[in-house]
Amino acid sequence: MSIRALIIDDSSVMRKIVERSLRQAGIDLSQVFEAGNGAEALVVLQDNLVDLMLCDINMPVMDGLEFIKQLPGVANAKGVPVVMITTEGSESHVVEALSHGARGYIRKPFTAEQVKEHVVPILGGKS
Amino acid sequence: MKSASDLLAGNGNHETWIPLLETATREVFELMLGCQLTVSVAAEEPSEEVTAMVGLAGQLCGVLSVRCDSKAAALMASKMLGVPLEKVGAEVSDALGEVCNMVAGNFKNKIAGLAEGCLLSPPTVVTGSDYSLHSLAESPGLEINLLFERMPIVISLQIHS
Repeated sequence: MSIRALIIDDSSVMRKIVERSLRQAGIDLSQVFEAGNGAEALVVLQDNLVDLMLCDINMPVMDGLEFIKQLPGVANAKGVPVVMITTEGSESHVVEALSHGARGYIRKPFTAEQVKEHVVPILGGKS
Repeated sequence: MKSASDLLAGNGNHETWIPLLETATREVFELMLGCQLTVSVAAEEPSEEVTAMVGLAGQLCGVLSVRCDSKAAALMASKMLGVPLEKVGAEVSDALGEVCNMVAGNFKNKIAGLAEGCLLSPPTVVTGSDYSLHSLAESPGLEINLLFERMPIVISLQIHS
């Protein structure tokens, strides 16, 4: 089964790397949405259904932690797993992200294998 | 792993950080660009420079920069995007900025206490070499010279505290 992914990062290069890593991890992507920050991602979610979100933390306008705090009020985000992908290695950021519902945490730099290890289990056979 | 306070002590001598900075840089290039950096025997200077800078604030204050020539920066973007070199365009600055951001993050995460106690600024990228950088650094700073696909790259860390 293929999935629809929303990749949120202020770097367009990093969004492409994340997409390529998902494909290298053997995840069949039917559709990929991109957003440059949390606010743009919320707009994407108004009109689109996704199965997986991968989100940076340090971003302008709305960062990744603020974004996941907003998700309980977003109908199209109900039950959609969020994995944080970030340079930030701060334990407090990890704890905060997980406490607000993030399902995983991948630190940059990363390999496609690490993406697979973190993402495939939470897709529950959807990939 | 030494703690940040241990390493920050020592009368401004941060020479022990050089291997950490080099390892942090090598890991970024190996994992994200799929290539090995080699040691530059002479301190070669890039021409037609592009410089990415990331600020560090908190327990460690300073600026980390990655400097290379425009061809090297374009090749980095090509490898990161997985597209031929001739198809790389405006993404060059974004790619070099991300490399610098990941090197800075990976470096601070290697020092106990800094992951939590040091924040990174968004990257800034300067194109061209006709500029002067005036740092308020309290120590001479660290610099490593490596080769990326036989082209020089210079990673430097100016430490303010």
